[in-house]
Amino acid sequence: MKTVSSISLTLGACALLFFATPRAVMAQTDCLSCHADTTMQDGSGQNVGVDAHKFGDSIHGVLQCSQCHTTIKEYPHPDQITPVKCESCHADEAAGLVGSVHASRAEHPCTSCHGDAHSIYPKTDPKSAVYPLNVPRTCGQCHGNDAMAKKHGLNNVYPMYLDSIHGFALSNEGLLVAANCQSCHGSHHILSHTDPQSATYKANVPATCGNCHAGITADYSNGVHGKAVAAGKKGAPVCSDCHTAHAIEQPTAAAFRMQSTPICGNCHKEKFSTYRDTFHSQLGSLGGYVETARCWDCHKAHEILPASDPRSPVAPANLVKTCGRCHAGANASFVQYQPHANAHSRKLNPALYYVTLFMNLLLVSVLTFFMIHTLLWLIRSRYDQVKARAAKGGKNA
Amino acid sequence: MPDLERVADDGGAVSGMKARFFTRFTREQRYLHAVLFTAFLGLAATGLPMRFAQTPWARRFASGVGGFGAIIFFHKMFAVVLTIAFLIHLKEIFTRGVLHREKGIFWGSTSMVANWKDVKDLVGHLRWMVGLGPKPQFERYAYWEKFDYWAVFWGMLVIGFSGYAMWFAPFFARFLPGWALNAVLVVHSEEGLLAILFIFSIHFVNTHLRPDSFPMDMVVFTGVESEEEFKHKRTQEYERLAKEGKLEQRVATAPPLWLVNFSKVVGFTAIAIGLILLVLTLSAYFS
Repeated sequence: MKTVSSISLTLGACALLFFATPRAVMAQTDCLSCHADTTMQDGSGQNVGVDAHKFGDSIHGVLQCSQCHTTIKEYPHPDQITPVKCESCHADEAAGLVGSVHASRAEHPCTSCHGDAHSIYPKTDPKSAVYPLNVPRTCGQCHGNDAMAKKHGLNNVYPMYLDSIHGFALSNEGLLVAANCQSCHGSHHILSHTDPQSATYKANVPATCGNCHAGITADYSNGVHGKAVAAGKKGAPVCSDCHTAHAIEQPTAAAFRMQSTPICGNCHKEKFSTYRDTFHSQLGSLGGYVETARCWDCHKAHEILPASDPRSPVAPANLVKTCGRCHAGANASFVQYQPHANAHSRKLNPALYYVTLFMNLLLVSVLTFFMIHTLLWLIRSRYDQVKARAAKGGKNA
Repeated sequence: MPDLERVADDGGAVSGMKARFFTRFTREQRYLHAVLFTAFLGLAATGLPMRFAQTPWARRFASGVGGFGAIIFFHKMFAVVLTIAFLIHLKEIFTRGVLHREKGIFWGSTSMVANWKDVKDLVGHLRWMVGLGPKPQFERYAYWEKFDYWAVFWGMLVIGFSGYAMWFAPFFARFLPGWALNAVLVVHSEEGLLAILFIFSIHFVNTHLRPDSFPMDMVVFTGVESEEEFKHKRTQEYERLAKEGKLEQRVATAPPLWLVNFSKVVGFTAIAIGLILLVLTLSAYFS
């Protein structure tokens, strides 16, 4: 550390020689002769100490103090000094913040994300607060806070994210390519999802996810949902409508498969209701180690095509193959089975309608007759029993 | 039956004289009933969670036993057991009725086949219940017992066929029309529900919980019943046997204590399971 800081000091000294201007720039050593005391406080009790080693190690360690603290030109300096303006160097980032959700510099100073001003590291450095593996924790300082979430009408997304497939890959496996907050939201120019320019605006979500999931996004764009969204239909789902934005689960995991059909059922209510009547749904609802057909097992998840499209797995010509993926020996007659038959519709499924009607009538008539029969019988035999015992002078029961 | 300790009839006898016992069911018939109700309880306990898969109790049960995979495994296992029991019964009927030409299997007072007397008994019984006539006297099998028998017989055919059609759907699809593959689930679950509701409410009350038998009719477990019970419940059969001089052939020993106690444990367990399943079914149906 000493070597590094002395190199920095040397570099700083060189810079001073080269860029020496008429104004008197003080050397780091001058300032640090007082401020190296890390417990140092100003009149208002604010800590004004600087860890010289950390600072020397940081990305700004080559700079002289007065390059940021521009108002300090000589010693002794005034008690009140003007705040540092990062944008004097970082103009692009500052421009990005304008109009973003974090535009207020009072509420969101640069240091709220980048950490202590005197130990800022490049984002490729694991010590940096904005190193990919550290980003969720940095954002989570605010976005993992219930009170803050409530105040701004947001979800407390940090715990959701950590439990998601992205969060798991990032925190448990240290995958740098796993999506962190800024992979989807950007860093400085973060816009509300209601802003059409935002990466998280509904119509832009497929492109945002497609930055990593290019293959899936291409499939999705070919399917009915992708085409509808591209055509400007607001009701059609984008990635986050099915997968959620932050609590994204591994789609092959039981937990997601168990709740998958209700997801499609949110929009496809009638299809969901008829599916619910089938054996596929009954056993699907119970989970376990035997899997059952969920919506996308037949319809596909992303490249969803109508049955009229010959490429669709539910096109009549493809049914034997599609059903045969689970049902060994499926044949042309077997695939006449209707996975969405409506037993309540005489028009659509007359045979099923009458079978159901017959079974219901049988059930109701048999039970009704015997309920009455048994009830009368019970009353009468109890009456006789009580009478017989009373006649014998015994107890009634 | 092992020659164990006999129960002296000093507890239940009303008169001072020693009560006699009469055989009603053979050992084979009692075993068949035991296999039947064990398989039936198993099928009901595993079938109901599938029928009412959306209810919290079904899901809790499923996650407790290892999910749908375990449920369907046991459901199929009980189904095979019941199928074998059914086939054994058919074989017995065929051997006794057709090969040995035994009388009273397909026709007559000891047959399970319904006859004109059953119609008259039903009407007469209903009239008696509302106080419009005398109580009819019953033969070996009363009309509601024949109904129980044929309900189970028909139920096993219908539920069994529809069940196997689902189990081996691609095979059955070769000769069943497409809509039938949809219909078998409806038939299977509705008929199963009817069987469950009928057995756990009506059969339980008619056979076990009604005042004449309360709390449980032990005859299907021990195979024998007391003379008093025989005379009271199946007067016509008792009198016919007495007239034919065949009553003595049916005299049996009192059931051993261990069998009575064992039967009580098994019987009450079955009734308890049945009532729990009944409550769950009704709660799922009306929620």
